[in-house]
Amino acid sequence: MWDRIKLEPSRFALHLAVIIIVALWTLPTAGLLVSSLRDKNLIATSGWWTALKTTDRSGQGRTKDSTAAVEQDGKFVITGNIFDGSENATGNIKAFGTRVAKPDEFPAGATATYEDGRTLVVNGDGTYTYTSPVKFEEGRGQRVFYITSMPPKFTTENYSNVLFSEGIGRSFVNSLTVTIPATIIPILIAAFAAYALAWMKIPGRGFMIAVVVGLLVVPLQMSLIPLLKLYNATGFLSKTYLGIWLAHTGFGLPFAIYLLRSYIAGLPRDLIESAQVDGANDFKIFRRIILPLSFPALASFAIFQFLWVWNDLLVAIVFLGTEPDKTVLTYKLNSLLGSRGGNWEILTASAFITIIVPLLVFFSLQRYFVRGLLAGSVKGG
Amino acid sequence: MTSQLLSALLTVLIGVGGCLFYFWGSNTLLDRMLPVDASNDDRAIRNLKLQSSIRPWLFLFPAMILLIIYLIYPVFQTIWLSFQDKAGTEFVGLDNYAWALKDDGFRTSIFNNFLWLLVVPAACTFLGLIIAVLTDRIWWGSLAKSFIFLPMAISFVGASVIWKFVYDYRGEGQEQIGILNAVAEFFGFSPQVWIAMPFWNNFFLMVILIWIQTGFATVILGAALRGVPEDTIEAANIDGAGPFKIFWRIMVPQIWSTIIVVWTTITVLVLKVFDIVLTMTNGQWDTQVLANLMFDWMFRGGGDFGRGAAIAIIIMIAVLPIMIWNIRQANAEQKGGH
Repeated sequence: MWDRIKLEPSRFALHLAVIIIVALWTLPTAGLLVSSLRDKNLIATSGWWTALKTTDRSGQGRTKDSTAAVEQDGKFVITGNIFDGSENATGNIKAFGTRVAKPDEFPAGATATYEDGRTLVVNGDGTYTYTSPVKFEEGRGQRVFYITSMPPKFTTENYSNVLFSEGIGRSFVNSLTVTIPATIIPILIAAFAAYALAWMKIPGRGFMIAVVVGLLVVPLQMSLIPLLKLYNATGFLSKTYLGIWLAHTGFGLPFAIYLLRSYIAGLPRDLIESAQVDGANDFKIFRRIILPLSFPALASFAIFQFLWVWNDLLVAIVFLGTEPDKTVLTYKLNSLLGSRGGNWEILTASAFITIIVPLLVFFSLQRYFVRGLLAGSVKGG
Repeated sequence: MTSQLLSALLTVLIGVGGCLFYFWGSNTLLDRMLPVDASNDDRAIRNLKLQSSIRPWLFLFPAMILLIIYLIYPVFQTIWLSFQDKAGTEFVGLDNYAWALKDDGFRTSIFNNFLWLLVVPAACTFLGLIIAVLTDRIWWGSLAKSFIFLPMAISFVGASVIWKFVYDYRGEGQEQIGILNAVAEFFGFSPQVWIAMPFWNNFFLMVILIWIQTGFATVILGAALRGVPEDTIEAANIDGAGPFKIFWRIMVPQIWSTIIVVWTTITVLVLKVFDIVLTMTNGQWDTQVLANLMFDWMFRGGGDFGRGAAIAIIIMIAVLPIMIWNIRQANAEQKGGH
């Protein structure tokens, strides 16, 4: 844009500005992806941006008590592993100490000497030797403070965990079951209606188009309660896949008809008139000419509808219900946020599974998506 | 699982097959019932006329039925239900609306919805405009735009998880794993529970929608900016106008109608925002909005359909001006077009 303006603000500043904006926009998603691949202990203790660094973490343990002491060469010795008995303690011990204020007083493998002549050696792998010149008397072991260094660790364990034990796999199949029919069914219905509204002579055509345009912005909230009542009254649609397919079809139709109509109305008039002169009726014209030519618009709508249905939460809760065997990904993710609020390894992996399908669709078909956006909204201008 | 996928596939086939069968069958039937043969000119002409007056309705029928059941009938039914009691059996006049005016949750929601309406469309449009201008000047601009556009493909729930992780809070002294608090600590501030700070937390939720929708604004406004004629800019250049002046005085006015379209589209979306609030806070800490409040009343205590319907009507009333404007635009276009 500004290159048409004959003033050269620093190119460098321009590139930098765009890099900063792109970084701001990408970082949140990057954090999710990186975290979903990290070890769960690491996610809980260090930021995802440190994923490639070895992180230090302080911890504490206790030696075994006096009953474990063995007499050796006139001294009393307790040996063991300082990690025993404390959960989540792994990694390499870098340093240890005898006081809470100084957990890094001695490097791993060095000998710490207590005032009463006892000595303690803690090795990198957590093994320790606690030695006393006199018999151990106290009931409890000695407290030891240490610093562990945790090397970067990446794993796909989070994914297998959420897919098979948290029920994300099942929800993934449910989401597909909802989305595919709810994307395909409206296309055909809308295409026929769009052609009729674009090229056929019908009384009240202008009115019908106005109704479709009006329905474009009717909030979904207006439909929920009456349809819920209707579904409950009829019974056979309530909480079924058929019920949600029809609901998504109904809700998607105004946009589908609007988008397809404006595309089909823009096709050259000669094409249709010459076919009419040849004696083709509208059904034939639709099949032979309109449908093949409208492919870009049909693809645009299909992508929109796919993304909208896959990402939907409201319609799924209301029309499919919350029973575990029918929950879609968005609902599942939402309920995991409640039940597994702090377990980021589960949340990040689950979230990534829910967004990967739309991202793939989006990246492979971005061209059609953008075209649909432009057709759907620049029209007003 | 496989059986479920197979049955889904089967229903797709049945559904699509059913549609095809309807369109093909009804059209063939029409051709058979009203044959057009060369032997009888009068009858052929009459049948042809009949055919072309019946066929549009065959094309429109399924769409009309679905639109009536799923959108038109519910609008009237919701209006009616908003004057009924919680079970929808007894007429209560304006009670539901009177309740709403006095209800704290409703007042908070209205206030928050206003905030959202004020901030989100403006922020998206403004950022979209800036990003469109900047990215258009550099060779990797379309790649940059793809990254900004990417969140549009992510569900509100997925985006909420992403941002909840950004806002994550650990007590002071612990290592922060949420990037916002880490940045805050880096600059010497103490960590905050961002989503539980009344009033300001609204903005932290709005950021999510802005993050999602800016790509939309960028794409639409970028396309419109590219359509600004070269010579007007040249002329301004010759007159010695600076880049900012050209941008605000020449480019922006030329794409004004597109800006309005972007603005209103996002406004309608904001009024319906539900998933983000449900997932992030479920309306706690004064973040309630109308759409989530309505959902709440639909199911709370077995559901109060009267109050739910009344809240839906309020949302509808807010959308109404945009709806009327859209219809008028479409009508004008109809008359101007073919």
